[in-house]
Amino acid sequence: MNFKKYLSIGFSVCSLVTLSACSDNDSSNVVDDDLAPEIITQSYELTLSNLSSNQPLSPLAVAIHGSSYSAWSIGEASSLGLEHLAESGDGTIFLTEATNAGAFTTAAGAGLILPGASETLGVETIVSDDLNLTVATMFVNTNDAFIGRQGLKLADLTLGEEMTFFLPIYDAGTEANSELAGTIPGPADGGEGFNAVRDDVNVVSRHPGVVTNEDGYADSILDSSHRFDAPGAKLVLKRTQ
Amino acid sequence: MKINSKLAATTLPLLLASTITSAQTVDVKISNLTQAMFFTPLLVSAHDDSQHLFESGAVATAELTAMAEGGDISGLVTSSEALGALSVENPASGLLAPSTATMVSDFNTGTNGFLSITAMLLPTNDGFVGLDSWAIPEEVGTYTIFLNAYDAGTEANDEIVNGGDAVGVPGIPANPGGNGGTNGTGVTTNESNQNIHIHRGNIGDTDAAGGVSDVDSRIHRWLNPVAKVVVTVK
Repeated sequence: MNFKKYLSIGFSVCSLVTLSACSDNDSSNVVDDDLAPEIITQSYELTLSNLSSNQPLSPLAVAIHGSSYSAWSIGEASSLGLEHLAESGDGTIFLTEATNAGAFTTAAGAGLILPGASETLGVETIVSDDLNLTVATMFVNTNDAFIGRQGLKLADLTLGEEMTFFLPIYDAGTEANSELAGTIPGPADGGEGFNAVRDDVNVVSRHPGVVTNEDGYADSILDSSHRFDAPGAKLVLKRTQ
Repeated sequence: MKINSKLAATTLPLLLASTITSAQTVDVKISNLTQAMFFTPLLVSAHDDSQHLFESGAVATAELTAMAEGGDISGLVTSSEALGALSVENPASGLLAPSTATMVSDFNTGTNGFLSITAMLLPTNDGFVGLDSWAIPEEVGTYTIFLNAYDAGTEANDEIVNGGDAVGVPGIPANPGGNGGTNGTGVTTNESNQNIHIHRGNIGDTDAAGGVSDVDSRIHRWLNPVAKVVVTVK
């Protein structure tokens, strides 16, 4: 916050100087034309650690946006982008939706984050009083589970400060949790990812968990290693500029 | 994280103040976060620090048992109001369906400084969602609390849907979603922890016409938390 206040004061001084330069051509008044508006940005570093037993995470989808945007809501139907992300792990459309809704910036992780592994990525955004972070990624050994947080207020972070968040596990509600062979895209199955048919409750909720073939559901392609409980991952957020 | 620090900051003044005398008005939004579990009519209660609707680790009262086994909150209302509690009964006008929310607006808690919430989870034998004596902050603001699913410890989790809603009668009163099975033989007749404890979850099965359970193992599951409560202190 302090940093931002400093920036806006800086802008005011610059514009005053520019104005006086326009109205007064006195050559002794040294004005540097390079003071013309410069894009000021803030940067953040995100580190996501996969805390699950055997649920690789699809490439992380990251958006920084205004507070009016919400990527999902309990009890509301998933967007098409969220359906893709949660069923196939492909966050492309999810991020396009955020951009179309006015997100300041979006970013995608480099690849799968395996259980026990972490990935760090940097994002840069314009300065605003209303910066909110949303992250989402799929538990790929499920039908349509995703983990994420949304609307994390970046204004709460001062330069160099870190905050830690834990990610709950959601169900996109777009595909029944059949756990059947051929329906799960992750390495547990190698089955289908996205399917446009919505054969489940068609609203987002917290995930109920999986049964697996080691807990009485013989037809499940999942075994006990694929069970999970919340939180699914740890997110460490640091402001670096 | 913000909420925790806010809570921590308010704990001390609450402890120092022997009685809360200032009247508080709160809004309470309760969201069922689950995909397939229903909440029976909710009880939202404001009371003093001597009271509990339930306490984890303790034996369930008869009134709590009636709520947890059959969804009947009338006993809890009567017994708590006799001790000065104020109640909001059934804000959702019936069941609170999965992934839906209900709102209690402008609840004047009087001089009661603590908030508790209960509702039975369906389909379960004696599972319930609960908040036990949350200290209402004096500072104006919005506070978020996540609630777990408890087992009253009063009835074996046989998972047979037979309409059994009376205290001491085995079975699950109803499966409102209608998405389970029938003719289950029963998961168990034993309740090993007879005190209020964190619910272990339904076992279920995938046999709609038999098996051990009348609930579906793929559907009638949950992970904690099962509810989100947003309290706005005005």
